[in-house]
Amino acid sequence: MPAVTFREKAQVLDEPGIDRALTRIAHEIVERLGGTEGLALVGIRTRGVSLARRIAVRLQGIEGRPVAVGALDITLYRDDLSLKNGTPVLRGTDIPFPVSDRTIVLIDDVLYTGRTIRAALDAIIDLGRPRMIQLAVLVDRGHRELPIRADYVGKNLPTARREAVQVLLREHDGQDRVVIQEPDDA
Amino acid sequence: MGLTRKDLLDIRSLEAGEIQTILDSAASMKEIASREIKKVPALRGKTVVNLFLEPSTRTRTSFEIAGKWLSADVINVSGSSSSVTKGETLVDTARNIEAMSPDCVVIRHAASGAAHMLARTLRCSVVNAGDGMHEHPTQALLDLLTIRDKRGHLEGLSVAIVGDIAHSRVARSNIAGMRKMGMSVTVAGPPTLIPPGVEELGVKVARRLEDALRDVDVIMMLRLQHERMAGHFVPSLREYSRLYGLTLEKLRGARDDVLIMHPGPVNRGIEMAPEVADGPYSVILDQVANGVAVRMAILYLLIGGRGAEA
Repeated sequence: MPAVTFREKAQVLDEPGIDRALTRIAHEIVERLGGTEGLALVGIRTRGVSLARRIAVRLQGIEGRPVAVGALDITLYRDDLSLKNGTPVLRGTDIPFPVSDRTIVLIDDVLYTGRTIRAALDAIIDLGRPRMIQLAVLVDRGHRELPIRADYVGKNLPTARREAVQVLLREHDGQDRVVIQEPDDA
Repeated sequence: MGLTRKDLLDIRSLEAGEIQTILDSAASMKEIASREIKKVPALRGKTVVNLFLEPSTRTRTSFEIAGKWLSADVINVSGSSSSVTKGETLVDTARNIEAMSPDCVVIRHAASGAAHMLARTLRCSVVNAGDGMHEHPTQALLDLLTIRDKRGHLEGLSVAIVGDIAHSRVARSNIAGMRKMGMSVTVAGPPTLIPPGVEELGVKVARRLEDALRDVDVIMMLRLQHERMAGHFVPSLREYSRLYGLTLEKLRGARDDVLIMHPGPVNRGIEMAPEVADGPYSVILDQVANGVAVRMAILYLLIGGRGAEA
């Protein structure tokens, strides 16, 4: 397959926009769950983990107590391993608390087909039996292939399948912004 | 970076970056061992055949557990229970196994080069689990992982490998791996068991055990490979043990934080005193635990991403 190059079509969130979206998600979590008792955030590697840490800081600011944060590597649970050329690198799951009887909020940057979340649900359930699992994403770009929806959404973003959504975060990319890209056909 | 090769046959042909990838993947696999449900679906529907034509407990069990924790179907074929005893050649045995479409064959064989020969014959992946006096790559990788876990890094560390270097595939694989990772290696043992020209592998040779132990980060003791010795290499086990057996007393000349390793099986009282094998410096059981993680990583990296040939 020839490599497709993408060019930026539009910026959909800037740094203050991402900050506001995460603050709103934190408030919604507290409101919906009636506090943070028994709550743990699990970020999906890589950018979901950074978002989970940022939301945890906000939750502590609102409720005054720390919230546990874990990191989930779903590579070993993917259903598309055989379609990939070569094997994806493992970065490891690090969930330093028992998930059983907890309320887990899974956190990812972009919700698209839902297959990553399907894998993440399997991975979490292999670790124990949470009381409840919810899903928070910074961007929901549509085009689901599985019956999965997010409980907390930073921004709903209608996209075409041919486009790509890229979430850039300080921790990895040195800047905070979300952009839509389109293939550079011309 | 992934691993783009079909087989894992030796350390000699691996690049430092590939060793790094295997160790990093293995480090991620270790978390699975701590779970209540020790199973992930990564190799669901894949078949791994353990073809062990030479005695082994640790390595065969380790590969079997590794495959099963990744959800592969693992079939064990051992020398004594197979058609090999009826006179079938290795290549015929392997071709017959391949006709049953496995994704990977793990081979242990008394002949050096057996794994390479299979890899040339078979379309599926082949992993060398020890071939004669040649190499035992997964052992070297689990040794490197154990050292890296304990010390945080590999580069710049020094290792003494002591005992029957001449007949040891573990020594050969470890020397290759350690040199690639920037470590310095000294070998020590009776002159009859130090292969001539071993310096060409980039190692130093020490005549006495005491000289080899001083200031090293790691001491790796080896077993006398009686089964591979044609003739008399040492005057007596007692003399060997007196000169080259690791005792608490000889350890006094070593560093306070030295790591003591042994690939197993340990002949207690010969190459290593029981107090040393069970002592605080010993990481022998860490090596065994890391063996599962390393073999999971290798199976995953070799057969995890394929299936639909891209």
